[in-house]
Amino acid sequence: MASAAVPLERENYLNKEYGIGSWLLTTDHKRIALLYLLSITFFFFIGGFFALLIRLELLTPAGDLVQADTYNKLFTMHGQVMVFFFLIPSVPAVLGNFLIPIMIGAKDLAFPRINLLSWYLYAIGGLFMLYTIVNGGVDTGWTFYTPLSSQFLDTQVVAAALAIFIAGFSSILTGLNFIVTVHRMRAPGMTWSRLPLFVWANYATAIIQVLGTPVLAITLMLVALERIFRLGIFDPQRGGDPLLFQHLFWFYSHPAVYIMILPGMGVVNEIVPCFSRKRVFGYRFMALAVIAIAVLGFLVWAHHMFVAGISLYAAMVFSLLSYFVAVPSAIKVFNWTATMYKGSVSFDTPMLYALGFIGLFMMGGLTGLFVAALGIDVHVHDTYFVVAHFHYIMVGGMVIAYLAGIHFWWPKISGRMYPEFWGKLAAMIIFVGFNLTFFPQFVLGYLGMPRRYWQYSPEFQVLNVFSTAGATILAVGYLLPMAYLLWSMRYGKIAGDNPWNAAGLEWTISSPPTTFNFDETPIVTHEAYNYGEIDQPKEVPVER
Amino acid sequence: MSDSTIAVDTHESDLQHHFANLEQQQEASVMGMWVFLITEIMFFGGMFAGYMIYRHLHYQGFVQGSLHMDFWWGTINTVVLLCSSLTMAMAVRAAQTSQRKAIVVFLLVTILFGLAFLGIKVIEYHSHWVEHQFPGHDFHLLDEKGQPSPYTSEAEVFFSFYWAMTGFHALHMVIGVGLVSWIAFLAWRGRYDAHYFTPVENVGLYWHFVDLVWIYLYPLLYLISNKHLSG
Repeated sequence: MASAAVPLERENYLNKEYGIGSWLLTTDHKRIALLYLLSITFFFFIGGFFALLIRLELLTPAGDLVQADTYNKLFTMHGQVMVFFFLIPSVPAVLGNFLIPIMIGAKDLAFPRINLLSWYLYAIGGLFMLYTIVNGGVDTGWTFYTPLSSQFLDTQVVAAALAIFIAGFSSILTGLNFIVTVHRMRAPGMTWSRLPLFVWANYATAIIQVLGTPVLAITLMLVALERIFRLGIFDPQRGGDPLLFQHLFWFYSHPAVYIMILPGMGVVNEIVPCFSRKRVFGYRFMALAVIAIAVLGFLVWAHHMFVAGISLYAAMVFSLLSYFVAVPSAIKVFNWTATMYKGSVSFDTPMLYALGFIGLFMMGGLTGLFVAALGIDVHVHDTYFVVAHFHYIMVGGMVIAYLAGIHFWWPKISGRMYPEFWGKLAAMIIFVGFNLTFFPQFVLGYLGMPRRYWQYSPEFQVLNVFSTAGATILAVGYLLPMAYLLWSMRYGKIAGDNPWNAAGLEWTISSPPTTFNFDETPIVTHEAYNYGEIDQPKEVPVER
Repeated sequence: MSDSTIAVDTHESDLQHHFANLEQQQEASVMGMWVFLITEIMFFGGMFAGYMIYRHLHYQGFVQGSLHMDFWWGTINTVVLLCSSLTMAMAVRAAQTSQRKAIVVFLLVTILFGLAFLGIKVIEYHSHWVEHQFPGHDFHLLDEKGQPSPYTSEAEVFFSFYWAMTGFHALHMVIGVGLVSWIAFLAWRGRYDAHYFTPVENVGLYWHFVDLVWIYLYPLLYLISNKHLSG
């Protein structure tokens, strides 16, 4: 394959072809992953810009920076952009796309052209979202609750619903592709019990994407039809029930929360054993736990509706079921800790992020139990306590796991190392900035500050100033990796095939990989966590 | 399909580079289609769930609405769709046995049935529209004596479901007719035979699914009251 004209660098997926066309028409899962990387980064900064405006408005108790209506649009579009155009595609569509075929020893996903179609659907959905933003925006809240969204607002509800509908199909097709790939494309010897946990996590995510997203699609379509043709399915004046909308919406959107955390767990599953030089503790339970979370995730949706007027018995059942989710989640946290126990732990950037993930996810998960309890939920419902809770999961969990994964696999993706000092610094800044932003919000919520308000009582100002200061630090933390990762693509140290001495098929191939990943299909004889048998140059190999 | 690995040379081009053999490729494609159909079940499932709840809440309104369905057009359409599924199945069978001409013929007949269904649906939609049975647009509902029905607003919810459910079903039919036309064209070019007919099989699965949705829609929308059957 190697061309004699270019003796310096081996041909790989990056330098095989050049030009816009070779990217926009590619069916290579690795190039599509990079297309996603670019596009979700773009939307991350748009969503982040809205967040910054929200925090600036909340710096003072008076509504002095933006109008009340503008504020409604800001938090709505912050939520919609971040959830549907960053978090949901983040780990699956970027890292999953890049790594799943390699981790199971395949040349590509099962349906490379559908994979490209997914990206185009995402891009078209993204254009609709941009259209929404520049044409006056939308102020329904990211949840589109009826009848507010269907009857009372005169903003771009239909365009936003279409944007999310189309991006939803992108998500469905990615999930479909992953499911079929994991079932049908595994290399000889890659049994289900040898599957890397990252693949298990993305497989569980794909199940949710495939089962949940269509329900969101039809729900948003019914809202759109209600606006366009005045159908009456959610219209209380004609006997329609707005609560049905909430049931249908959360039937997707609660499992979607797990779309936004399971792949992050998958990333941490790979990083913790590598930087502890130990086999992952309780492999089977780790694999079963992600599946259990995916299944249980479909049975808890009504815990978002405790104060919406559902029956007390239904609320009690949903409260109890919500507690069950804590069991597999706790298994994950305990097993990561047990993996590190007596391991030879080193604190490179990916591991710093992974440790941050474990701590912040635990905070987010435990406060999840607070809001799953009926009595406490009535008190903290629609307050900043809930906002802090889900940001600990989504930002403290998923965004940090995403950054962990980007750093861990950056040598594989780009062929070069990121600068370690700057990496560690950014990880620290993000951790500090994140906690400073969101921890005060727990307190604010408990003291009774409602979410989605544009003004607040003066006694809440001190904590809000902390939060805004934290958001500024967080913004710096997010801009740093942008800068040094781009820098490293040209000036970074050449990484080599396996800079971390990590197990796993992705580290047996060249960095960056060739277009077909493997020169010949690998035969797998053991699982990807045999750290007991891999020599660590400066350390004594640790017995498991 | 165990002999697929000894496919003759002309079929090597059917194998995409990332699959080991045609068997793996065929299994992956068909599984992909099944997973897609699961998403479709969830898509329609949202509406069926809503229908179930509202029919329980507003039973009389749903009965009154259902009385304004045209029983005979609905029944004829059910028969038309069942026939189309039969011809679709025969097209797949013809592909399995390499009867290239028969594939095209059966697919064309399937297209005709599909268009007949859509034509009848247009007639029904038109009559509902002129009788003001479209929600939100000066909706009227008359009872048996020609008086405004006391259940008008509840029947409006019924008609919201009717238009949404049959509308999305009809959209799937339109897409289905497009897909069948496309594979009919490729079949006419001699693309499919016993060694390679996955697209025929997959489009067939899709077609049967859309048919099956109607099999549920028909009793739920047209047969709530058994007035038509008991005379």
